[in-house]
Amino acid sequence: MVINLLKYALVFVVSVLLQVLIFNNVLIARMISPFFYILFIVLLPFDTPRALLLFLSFSLGLTVDIFTNTPGVHASACLLTGFIRPGVLSLISSRETLESVAAPRVENMGVQWFAGYVTFLVLIHHSFLFFIEAFTFQSFPLTLLRIILSSALSVILIVLSQFIIFRK
Amino acid sequence: MKNLFRLIYRYHVVLLFVLLETLSLSMVVTYNNYQRATFFDSSNFITGTLFEKFSSFFQIFQFKQVNIKMAEENAILRAALQEQLLKSSPGTYRASDSIYLPQIAKDSSIRAVYRFTTARVINNSVNQQHNFITINKGRHDGVKPDMGVIANGQVVGLVTNVSENFSTVISLLNSRWKISAKIKRNDYFGSLSWDGKDYRRVQLNEIPYHVPVQNGDSVVTTGYSSSFPEGLAIGTISDFSIGTGSNFYKIEVLLAADFKNLVIVGLVENKQTYEIKQLESLSKDGN
Repeated sequence: MVINLLKYALVFVVSVLLQVLIFNNVLIARMISPFFYILFIVLLPFDTPRALLLFLSFSLGLTVDIFTNTPGVHASACLLTGFIRPGVLSLISSRETLESVAAPRVENMGVQWFAGYVTFLVLIHHSFLFFIEAFTFQSFPLTLLRIILSSALSVILIVLSQFIIFRK
Repeated sequence: MKNLFRLIYRYHVVLLFVLLETLSLSMVVTYNNYQRATFFDSSNFITGTLFEKFSSFFQIFQFKQVNIKMAEENAILRAALQEQLLKSSPGTYRASDSIYLPQIAKDSSIRAVYRFTTARVINNSVNQQHNFITINKGRHDGVKPDMGVIANGQVVGLVTNVSENFSTVISLLNSRWKISAKIKRNDYFGSLSWDGKDYRRVQLNEIPYHVPVQNGDSVVTTGYSSSFPEGLAIGTISDFSIGTGSNFYKIEVLLAADFKNLVIVGLVENKQTYEIKQLESLSKDGN
């Protein structure tokens, strides 16, 4: 239990640090920027209480907000992601699988399942984030293109990270 | 009452979600650049220190380029100084010695209104709609809100929040900030802002049709705001068109400063800011 707590605290810190120190400086083709840090929401155990999931998602977003001077923007996007996560899980997996396995990992669930699950969460998060940030539907096609391309990059990075650092 | 509690317990997740979402969205909406709680700001101690340590490691690779740029800027300034010296005392000019500097200040009719210092960029972004820069100097080093920020004599941003050792700067690449700018060739001025699309281009608005505009015209500061001296470079006109149903041009300005590669920036302090502000508030109150 304590080990688990420490492990997820470490994932939280590493996700935020990688995001604010490295991925926030990435800008490809003047429009694609990845938001890798929702890895933390992705990796939380299946049996996380929903209220706790909301609190953790909210604090994750708020932490990133403090670094990027955007109070509320990441917090609201993460909160929505955390709120929808249980729904996404029950949509793509049966109840028995969710009860027999501890946490969403590549080795438990397979790459295909994991990539699909990450894509769902990333699309929800990025769509909300980019529209909140632009705060207008004026340049809708451009924002949509940014969402799709940035999501693709984020999904690739999060799935790859499973094979590089977060093995356990 | 019991039923109410049961209801709350049953829907506690949804209620919590709505509550926190309302809280964060109200933060987004009420957020104002000039009156923010310093807690939600990257100039605070923890984030500032973290950014400083990290950037000082990675900027090692950029310093060669920075040195070359600074040497170039020095050469330009030295040439300007020579010219000034020749102008101020024709015939008696001997050498460009720094001893002559106070002499110039005394002689010229304009007293030095602006004071310049430098700072290092420890965090910067160009990929958002509202970009900010964090620098490694704060109240302790005499940085104050509303000081102008420049790089190689080109406009970069404006100091917004100051903590003991760090400051945040609102970047020109932030759609919440506007600055007055003019076309250098004919002195017509308008307001400059960013549409959030391309980090190399900003838009100059409110230039009326009858004004002759050319691609390549330089755009400079007006000096109407007390943060920047007049005539600092902002960029050059790269494209312009006549908007439908409006009396103004749509002008695209290619930025002079390289926002993706900022390492050392200059801070501009106007020593008369306080006096100007006081005077302006008088006429505002007494109208």
